[in-house]
Amino acid sequence: MPALASFVCGLIFGFGLVVSGMTQPQKVLAFLDVLGRWDPTLAFVMAGALAVSAAGYALARRRGRPLLAAQHLWPTRRDIDRSLVVGSILFGIGWGLVGLCPGPALTNLAGLSPKVFVFVLAMMAGMIAKDLWERRAPSLTAVEDAAMANSDG
Amino acid sequence: MASFDPFSALIGGALIGLASVLLMLLTGRIAGISGILGGTLAMGGDERLWRLAFIAGLIAAPIASGLVGWPLPEPQLPENWLVIVVAGLLVGFGSRLGGGCTSGHGVCGIARLSARSIAATAIFMATAIIVVAIVRHGIGA
Repeated sequence: MPALASFVCGLIFGFGLVVSGMTQPQKVLAFLDVLGRWDPTLAFVMAGALAVSAAGYALARRRGRPLLAAQHLWPTRRDIDRSLVVGSILFGIGWGLVGLCPGPALTNLAGLSPKVFVFVLAMMAGMIAKDLWERRAPSLTAVEDAAMANSDG
Repeated sequence: MASFDPFSALIGGALIGLASVLLMLLTGRIAGISGILGGTLAMGGDERLWRLAFIAGLIAAPIASGLVGWPLPEPQLPENWLVIVVAGLLVGFGSRLGGGCTSGHGVCGIARLSARSIAATAIFMATAIIVVAIVRHGIGA
């Protein structure tokens, strides 16, 4: 049941990405291009998403527990550490270079474009590389290893 | 490129928010795509099934949307394959190191008013804006 629920949530999420135009890197880049012909689409998508998720999360917090699981796994970390800053900068560089982030990249797989496949493979390699690097340099990220279950997203 | 359509943007965004809320209400999980994908790739990772199911839903979505009049547009990506590979590596590594991406931090985290997520979103958005300025307008290059 939880897997079916997750599938449906992924389906709705991806549907939202297509409807909003956010599967199109050119629209994302047009939002990021503040010096060019600026396209405010991404701001409207975030506004729509935040209005619903903020209200819905407030509701979820008032409910005791999820329908299909033992507890809500809310992220608990509050510190703004070096990993968060460096990771977000690296992510921002990649995002700015092509206009794809993980959700739209995965949804675009349905279009069977070779470039999207290459991007997703590289993205997965980057994720695995992060795990391997973390194992080799435990001193840098010992705190985070302990908190991996509490990843923000 | 389709012109700016605030209505589709808001409705699409609301669907993204709805999916995030449903995932929390049903399974107790945050809808962060980098965390979901990274969690399936992590060695010794458990609870792969719900993550793989969510990813399957993401990939199947354009098939469903196409049936009801929202076909998936062809994404425009750089000519240079090396740029695509480097960007993919950075997006994967960076989103995992930073604890989230546009969904986990940008939507779910900001909706929770998480200081970490607000900081992360400000940082990756500012960085991406600078990168686009350099690439398209040669600022600082």
